[in-house]
Amino acid sequence: MSTFYLGMAVFLLLNILIGLYRVYAGPRPRDRMVAAQLFGTTGVATLLLLARALDAVYIKNAALVFVLLMVMAVLAFVRNMPVSIDRDPDK
Amino acid sequence: MSILHALSILLCLAGGVFFLGGTLGLLRFPDTYSRLHALTKADNLGLGFVVLGLMARTENISELIILVLIWFLALVGSSSACYLIANHIRNEALHKGETDDLGL
Repeated sequence: MSTFYLGMAVFLLLNILIGLYRVYAGPRPRDRMVAAQLFGTTGVATLLLLARALDAVYIKNAALVFVLLMVMAVLAFVRNMPVSIDRDPDK
Repeated sequence: MSILHALSILLCLAGGVFFLGGTLGLLRFPDTYSRLHALTKADNLGLGFVVLGLMARTENISELIILVLIWFLALVGSSSACYLIANHIRNEALHKGETDDLGL
């Protein structure tokens, strides 16, 4: 039974690997950021499956931290490029 | 092989299908808006199915609560991230006067 969960985890890892092509191809930084978001969600699912397959509950806590940090990465990306109209002094 | 085992396998496989759909969307869709759409909808549904599949095999109530909490956080976080990125793209396009990125 745990072989099935391990297989699913490998399948999700393959998904992440294929998604890496979008990071490589771009074309803009925001496309790479969107791809990084895929790694967040898929990585959390992989961790949950691994926690079940290996009977290791503490991996679930790691998944909890992953899902929290996913938003922080996007937040840092958005704040780092201040092109917001609202904060434009010319307008 | 109880019914819970079969249910768990079925739900996890359904989640895998949605994850595959999200990845294909990320690779194949033409612009950032539609890629965001593919990721924030399909992937969260996939995560939801995987969480449901794992809940079918969980005996402990506290592990069950952690699973639900993770999914809930993923839903909230990923929709906020989607809004933040889309808003950022729109503001950037308005700033530079690129009307093709406004989605109008």
